[in-house]
Amino acid sequence: MTTIVIVGAGPAGVRAAECLVAAGCRPIILDENDRSGGQIYRRQPPGFVRSAQTLYGTEAAKAEALHRSFDTLAGKVDYRPGTIAWGLHAGVIHTVKAGRVDRIAFDRLILATGATDRIMPVAGWTRPGVFSMGGAQIALKFQGCVPGRRPALVGTGPLLYLLANQYLKAGVTPAGVFDTTPFRRQLRLVGGLAWDPRTLLIGLRYRLELVRWGVPVRCGIDPLAIEGDPAVTGFVYAKSGKRHVIACDGVALGHGLRSETQLAELAGVSFAFDRRTRQWLPQRDEEGRTPLGTVYLAGDGAGIGGADVAEIEGKLAAWALLHDLNAAVDDGERTRALRQLRRAARFRAALDAGFPWPHDIAARLDDGVVVCRCETLTAGELRRVAAEGAPDLGRAKALSRIGMGRCQGRYCGSACAEILSAALGCDIADVGRLRPQAPTKPLHVDDVEASL
Amino acid sequence: MPLSFRVDGREVLALEGDTVLTAVLLAGIRLRESEFGDGPRSGFCLMRACQDCWMWTDHNDRIQACATFVNQGMVLSTRNPELT
Amino acid sequence: MSVYDTIIIGGGIMGCSTALHLARAAPRMKIALLERGLCGAQASGVNFGNVRSNGRPVSQMPLSLRSREIWSRITELLGVDCEYERTGALKIAFRDEDLAVLEGHVRDARDGFGLAVEMLGSAGLRQLFPWIASGAVGARHSLDDGVANPRLVAAAFGAATRRHGVDVRENFAVASVSHSGAAFSVVGEGGAALVARSLVNCAGAWGNLVASSFGEAVPMQALGPQMGVTEPLPFFILPSTSTVNSPIYFRQVRRGNIVFGGGPRAEVRPDLVRHYSLPENTARHAALLRSVAPALKSARVIRAWSGIEGYLPDSLPILGPSATTPGLVHGFGFCGSGFQLGPGVGAVLAELVLGGATTTPIAAFDIRRFAPAAAQETRA
Ligand SMILES: Cc1cc2nc3c(=O)[nH]c(=O)nc-3n(C[C@H](O)[C@H](O)[C@H](O)COP(=O)(O)OP(=O)(O)OC[C@H]3O[C@@H](n4cnc5c(N)ncnc54)[C@H](O)[C@@H]3O)c2cc1C
Ligand SMILES: Cc1cc2nc3c(=O)[nH]c(=O)nc-3n(C[C@H](O)[C@H](O)[C@H](O)COP(=O)(O)OP(=O)(O)OC[C@H]3O[C@@H](n4cnc5c(N)ncnc54)[C@H](O)[C@@H]3O)c2cc1C
Repeated sequence: MTTIVIVGAGPAGVRAAECLVAAGCRPIILDENDRSGGQIYRRQPPGFVRSAQTLYGTEAAKAEALHRSFDTLAGKVDYRPGTIAWGLHAGVIHTVKAGRVDRIAFDRLILATGATDRIMPVAGWTRPGVFSMGGAQIALKFQGCVPGRRPALVGTGPLLYLLANQYLKAGVTPAGVFDTTPFRRQLRLVGGLAWDPRTLLIGLRYRLELVRWGVPVRCGIDPLAIEGDPAVTGFVYAKSGKRHVIACDGVALGHGLRSETQLAELAGVSFAFDRRTRQWLPQRDEEGRTPLGTVYLAGDGAGIGGADVAEIEGKLAAWALLHDLNAAVDDGERTRALRQLRRAARFRAALDAGFPWPHDIAARLDDGVVVCRCETLTAGELRRVAAEGAPDLGRAKALSRIGMGRCQGRYCGSACAEILSAALGCDIADVGRLRPQAPTKPLHVDDVEASL
Repeated sequence: MPLSFRVDGREVLALEGDTVLTAVLLAGIRLRESEFGDGPRSGFCLMRACQDCWMWTDHNDRIQACATFVNQGMVLSTRNPELT
Repeated sequence: MSVYDTIIIGGGIMGCSTALHLARAAPRMKIALLERGLCGAQASGVNFGNVRSNGRPVSQMPLSLRSREIWSRITELLGVDCEYERTGALKIAFRDEDLAVLEGHVRDARDGFGLAVEMLGSAGLRQLFPWIASGAVGARHSLDDGVANPRLVAAAFGAATRRHGVDVRENFAVASVSHSGAAFSVVGEGGAALVARSLVNCAGAWGNLVASSFGEAVPMQALGPQMGVTEPLPFFILPSTSTVNSPIYFRQVRRGNIVFGGGPRAEVRPDLVRHYSLPENTARHAALLRSVAPALKSARVIRAWSGIEGYLPDSLPILGPSATTPGLVHGFGFCGSGFQLGPGVGAVLAELVLGGATTTPIAAFDIRRFAPAAAQETRA
C-alpha cells in the first residue's frame, strides 16, 4: 500500500485529504494543533460555544464547510492531531506527540504547513502586551481575549483592517490602525478589482466601519517605538516628518505573512528568491509538484496565497499526486481549479502591490532595536558583523547567532535579511537565507528517552 | 468551571479552556524573564512558533503557555530555576 | 596569469593557519589561498569545538602539544576573542572495566607528556560534578583541555590571514591542478589560472582531488559527525564531557546552550557540499544526554547539524610532503579531531614549505603509508 502523509490540517491539507479519500486512499494527516482548521479557521477549545458567525465573520460559511468536510473524513483518514513533524530525512518523517517520538516512512508527502506572521521589528516590540497580528487574532478566536483595552494595530496588510473590525465586534475600540503603507500605494489594490470584487468590497466595508467608529487610521507611517514601563503604554510613530505618540495598552504587530518552509527545505526541495514578496520560496509547478517527485506543496506554506487559494492548491496537489500514481483524475475539475488559481494569483499580485513588506524600514532601525527576540540580538550587532565582513546571512548567523534561537529565525529572518543587505549595500537576494535545520520545533529530551 | 493555580507562589484564577497564557496575563503577571537579562516577556505569536512564552514548572520542566490549558493546582514560575 | 610563491588550496583552519604562519615567517612571500566558499564554512566552522589533547594516539601528541601552545595565545594571534577557554574535560566510565583504559591514558599523558590530568573516583566525581548520573564509577579529568567557538575561530583565521597580506580568494573553486616540471598550475572552475612554485593541499575532505592529480590518492572516506544544541539553560556544566562506551559528548557554552555530538556518522555528499543530520541520531543523542546528566531531561533540542570530514582507515591524518611531486605538501583528512590540531598543523606546513623540514615528528602521517592502496585505486 502507498503511504501518503499530509502535514497540516488547514484549508490546504483538509482539501487535499478530501480528494485523496475520494480516490480511495487513506492518508495520514499530521497537525501540531489539537483540532483541524489550520490558522484562519482555527477551532475554539471544546466547551467554548461562540457561533461561527462570531468567530469567522464574513468567512463563516467557508469555515463551517471546511470543518464539516473534515469531520466527514473521520474514520477514512489516519488523523494525528497534536503531532509535530520535527524532522524529515530520506523519505522518513519524524514526529513527536504527547511525549513520544515516532517515525513514518512515506511514499508521497503533501506539505501544507501554512504561515506565520512576518515582522519588521520596532523598538520595544518585546514588551509584555505586544503580540503578533496573527497572535492577537488567535487570542480573540481561541480565547475570546484582546491584548489590552485600547490596543494599537501596527504594520501593514489586509489583516490589520480585518482585526480592527473583529475587535470592534468584540466591543473593543482600537487606539488606532497604523499602516506602514502610504494610502496612495494602497490604491494599487483597485487593480485587483476585476479578479476578486467580493474581497475588495469587504475590505472597503472594514475601512468605512473604522471611520464610523472614529478609529484613527494612519497610513504611510514610520513606526518609532513601543513605549512601556515595561508593559505597553504607548506607540510612537512618525508621519510626514512629524513625531506622534498615541496612548495604548497593547499592540498587535504584523506585516503580512511568511511561509513555513522548514520541512520543504529538509526534504531537499530547491528554493528561489521571489522578488515580489522578497522571500525565498520552495520550487513547485502550478499543481504543487516539486522536482523531488515524491513531495508536493500546497497552501501558504509554499507561498502566501490566502485561504481560498490554499483550498484550491490542496486539491490540485492531491490530484497531481494521484495522477503521478496513475490514478484517474477528473480533468474538468482540475482545469476549473487551475483557472480559479490563475485568477486568484492576479488578485494576490494586486494585494502584494497594495500592501508591500516595508523593507525600507530595516535600514532606519536604531542600532539598539532588538531584532532576534530569542537571543536578544540587536540591529547594531548585525551591522557590526556586516562591517566585519559577513557577506551573507549564513556567515552573519555564524558570527552573531541571529536565527540560532528557539524559533529558528521565523520571527527575525525577514528583517535580518533586509538589515544585512542594507548594511552591505547589496541586493537582497545576495544575502541568501537562514537555512532551517531539524528539529522544526524544539524537541523535548524527555519525550525521546521515554520511547527509546 | 473555575480553576486555580500558582505562579511564583501567587494564586491565579482561571476558567476551564483558558490557556496558561490567557490566565496569567489576565491576572496581570508576566510570563517569563528573558534569559539574557533584557526584561520580562509575555509571549508573542500565540501559535507555538515564536517560543517566547515558555514558563517553568515546579518539577524541572517547562510549558509553552500559549498551548497549555490551565490545570487545577498547577505550580509555575516566571524564572529559570538553577539546575544541579 | 597570476604568479605566486605558494598556493594553498582550502580555507579551513588548516589552510588559513598555514597561510598565517607562512606570512608571519616570510612577510615578503607571495601567497594565495583559494577557497570554494567562505573561509571556515566547512568542517572548521561547524565542528563541536573541543580543543583536546588527551585521549589522542601517542603519535599525535607532539603535534597536539605544539598546537596547544598556540591555542594558549590564540586571542593575540587572531586579534579576536573566540571563546577559547580551558574548561577541563571529563571522560566518564560507567563500568569498572573501563577504568583501566582511562588510567592508561592518564599515565601516557601525564608521565609521557606532562599534561595536567588526573583520575577521579566515583566519590570525587560526585563531589566536583554533582550533575553526573549515579552509576558513574570514575573519570579521567584533564585540566588542560578546553573548548572554543568554531564559528568564530574559523572565520577569525580567515580574517587574520587576509590582514597578513595573503591573497585570499573566496568563492574560488579549484577545478584542476598540475605540475609542469618547474611550477604548479591551478585552474579555477571559472577558468582563472594561477601559477606557483609550491602547492599546499588543505582541501579537507576533498583532499583527494589534489592528491589523485599527483598519483597519490588515499583511501579516505568523507562522513558527517552528528551535532545538536539545546536551548539556553542556567550554566552548570563546566567541563567538556564524554563517556567511555556510549556515543555521546557534550559541553555547555557560557550562554547556557548544551552543544552535543555523537555517532554514528552519517553519509555526506562532498560533491554537492551537502551534509545531513539524521533525526534518529538527534533523538538518540538527546536520550543519551539525559542518561549522563539527568538534569537535562527537561532540555529542548533546538537545532541539529553536521559537517563534512575526511576519515582515513587508521584514524590518522595525511600530513607531510608529497611522495610523487617535489614542492607539494599535504595536510588533510583529520579524522574528526583536527580542530585542536589546526594551529600546529599550520606551523608545521609553513616549515615544510619554507625549508622542507619540520621540528615536529610527523612520520606517522606520511602519505606513503597508503601507497599500495593508492596504487590499487589507480589501477581500478
Ligand atoms: C495567525 C494567523 C491568522 C490569520 N488570519 C487570517 C484571517 O483572519 N483571514 C484570512 O484571510 N487569512 C488569515 N490568515 C492567513 C490564512 O491563515 C491562510 O491563508 C490559510 O490558513 C492558509 O491555509 P493553509 O492550509 O495553507 O495553512 P494553515 O491554515 O496555516 O494550516 C497549516 C497547518 O499546518 C500545521 N503545521 C505546520 N507545520 C507543522 C509541523 N511541522 N508539524 C505539524 N503540523 C504542522 C499547523 O499547525 C497548521 O494547522 C492568517 C494566518 C495566520 C498565521
Ligand atoms: C561536525 C564535526 C565535528 C567535529 N568536532 C571536532 C572537535 O570537537 N574537535 C576537533 O579537534 N575536531 C573536530 N572535528 C574535526 C575538525 O573540524 C576538522 O578536522 C578540521 O576542521 C579540518 O580542517 P580542514 O581545514 O582540513 O577542513 P575544512 O574546514 O573542511 O576546510 C577545507 C576547505 O577546503 C575547501 N576546498 C575543498 N576543495 C576545494 C576546491 N576544489 N577548491 C577550493 N576550495 C576547496 C573547502 O571548501 C573547505 O573550506 C569535527 C568535524 C566535524 C565535521
